[in-house]
Amino acid sequence: MTLLPAQIVLTLFVFVMLLSSAAGMVYAERKVAAFIQQRLGPYLVGPRGLLQPLADIVKLMFKEELRPAAADPLLFALAPILSATAAFAAFAVVPFGAQTTVFGLLDEPLRLQVADVPVAVLVVFAISSMSVYGIVLAGWSSNSKYSLLGGLRSSAQMISYELSYGLALASVLLVANSLSLTAIVDRQAGTWLGVLPRWFVFVQPVGFLVYLIAGVAETNRAPFDFPEAEQELVAGYHTEYSSMNFAMFFLAEYINMVTVSAVATDLFLGGWHGPLLPASLGWVWFLIKVAAILFVYIWMRWTLPRYRYDQLMRFGWKMLLPTAVLNLIVTAAGVLYFEL
Amino acid sequence: MPSLDDYLILSAILFAIGAAGVFVRRNVITILLSIEIMLNAVNLTFVSVGRSQGSFDGQIIVFFVMTVAAAEAAVGLAIVIGLFRHRESLDPESFTSLKW
Amino acid sequence: MLFYVFGAVAIGASLLVIAQRNPIYSVLLLIASFAALSGLYVLLDAEFVAAIQIIVYAGAIMVLFLFVVMLLNAPHEETAEDIRMHPLRHYGPMRFGALLALALLVELLWAVTRGQPGPDGFERASAGSVAGLGQVLFTEYAFAFEVTSVLILVAMVGAVVLARRDVKEKRTGPGS
Repeated sequence: MTLLPAQIVLTLFVFVMLLSSAAGMVYAERKVAAFIQQRLGPYLVGPRGLLQPLADIVKLMFKEELRPAAADPLLFALAPILSATAAFAAFAVVPFGAQTTVFGLLDEPLRLQVADVPVAVLVVFAISSMSVYGIVLAGWSSNSKYSLLGGLRSSAQMISYELSYGLALASVLLVANSLSLTAIVDRQAGTWLGVLPRWFVFVQPVGFLVYLIAGVAETNRAPFDFPEAEQELVAGYHTEYSSMNFAMFFLAEYINMVTVSAVATDLFLGGWHGPLLPASLGWVWFLIKVAAILFVYIWMRWTLPRYRYDQLMRFGWKMLLPTAVLNLIVTAAGVLYFEL
Repeated sequence: MPSLDDYLILSAILFAIGAAGVFVRRNVITILLSIEIMLNAVNLTFVSVGRSQGSFDGQIIVFFVMTVAAAEAAVGLAIVIGLFRHRESLDPESFTSLKW
Repeated sequence: MLFYVFGAVAIGASLLVIAQRNPIYSVLLLIASFAALSGLYVLLDAEFVAAIQIIVYAGAIMVLFLFVVMLLNAPHEETAEDIRMHPLRHYGPMRFGALLALALLVELLWAVTRGQPGPDGFERASAGSVAGLGQVLFTEYAFAFEVTSVLILVAMVGAVVLARRDVKEKRTGPGS
């Protein structure tokens, strides 16, 4: 097979994998939540409840699609599409494996990345900043007070935490000296003293924490999900949505989580480098690391209490942002001094 | 392969569209949006001429123009909010009390 | 070919921006126009500018516009008599404005096509990567960079002060 059809197959493969990862996340979330809460979780549908996501999807497909009469029809339909598109598009520049020839089937090695752009980190940041629009438009077009407030709060939260997100990215860029995600991962190959892998999390522990916290806030997950959990209290930006529109929002949320985890793995945890496996099977290590971060995501949701909205904004502006800035300055000083 | 002239023509058209928006519209927010269109047209000119010169200067100027545009949009919108609170209208015709 | 696609989207979206009555649609169409411009920047080998166009313009400034439009619940340019009139039918100022814009366009087109015809204009090699851009930005233009950061600080303070409600309206609360 030459390279172009292989690229197309790779793109489709990534798309399908993202969809199934969202389905897997639905299952994993319910199971892990159940075990944290000392109960069993889904176990009826399929062996050990593994077909539960399928049942959920079928249920969502058969629900009635409602649209409030006062809603703006174009924007109402556009908002979930925007959310889902931004979520999928951000994964286009994330590499998830080393160059491989797929066990000798290909003529030349194919990099496991849909698009190898020299400014990949900026592209991820740019596309994730577009995901604000889906939420804001959903809140506005529903034409209901609570949706509007939820949408505005949620998007204000997202753009506030984008700053710390970007600064955490910038500190990694200082250490890695490149904007291309593949180059950043390749710099993390090898080990120090034969035992400690050269991952950037050991060089940038504060940066990793800032990135994860900002990532959790960006994806509107607990403990930063006040605008969403307003549903339990009052309403959120997707109150008026039902059936597949609603499914698109949650698809977008899970895929955003996967993207944040994947980018965190690439930037801080060494991507696909790991012991005991040949380079062409690096994607196994990648999956393990991404799964670990997703587990931490789910763990956080079901363990920590939720931040109130003003506490959340205060944390983002007054504690996380100065930390990120300080981290950047210290990293810059360190890079200069140690000539990393 | 488009030539430099093509890019300059495109940005001239965009600039004229932005200028038309400023002249024609009667909503201050849309006027600000048209100003942003004009600034973007200028950015396109800078980048294309910079590229044709083979230097970074175009991109750097665009970097600064974008920053200034962001600052100006922020302050402009704050002024619009203040005006709206005063007159409950976004029509520039309603802020004419200084005219003779 | 991509140039024509992006160019058509940019021009079409900009025309719709100034022709739309609903300001939210205007903002969204402008975002589409910015995305097309970002594509044009990529065609011009300026990937950094393309990325920050999306991050800054489409991702931040337009969100600001959208917030303001939503918070002010901007009326759709309606006055009593032209509540049904499309904005492009306000005759007097519209004709004058359109004439001015047309005159401007003709002048600009004349000006930019006066150069010598023939060569592409893009023979020289592209200047290079983001690393080179950063190099030039922080050495030759370092002063402008610092001044810009002060400018942003001033704008931020100014926007907060301008949009704040008058202090004497606050009657309750032990602080915000």
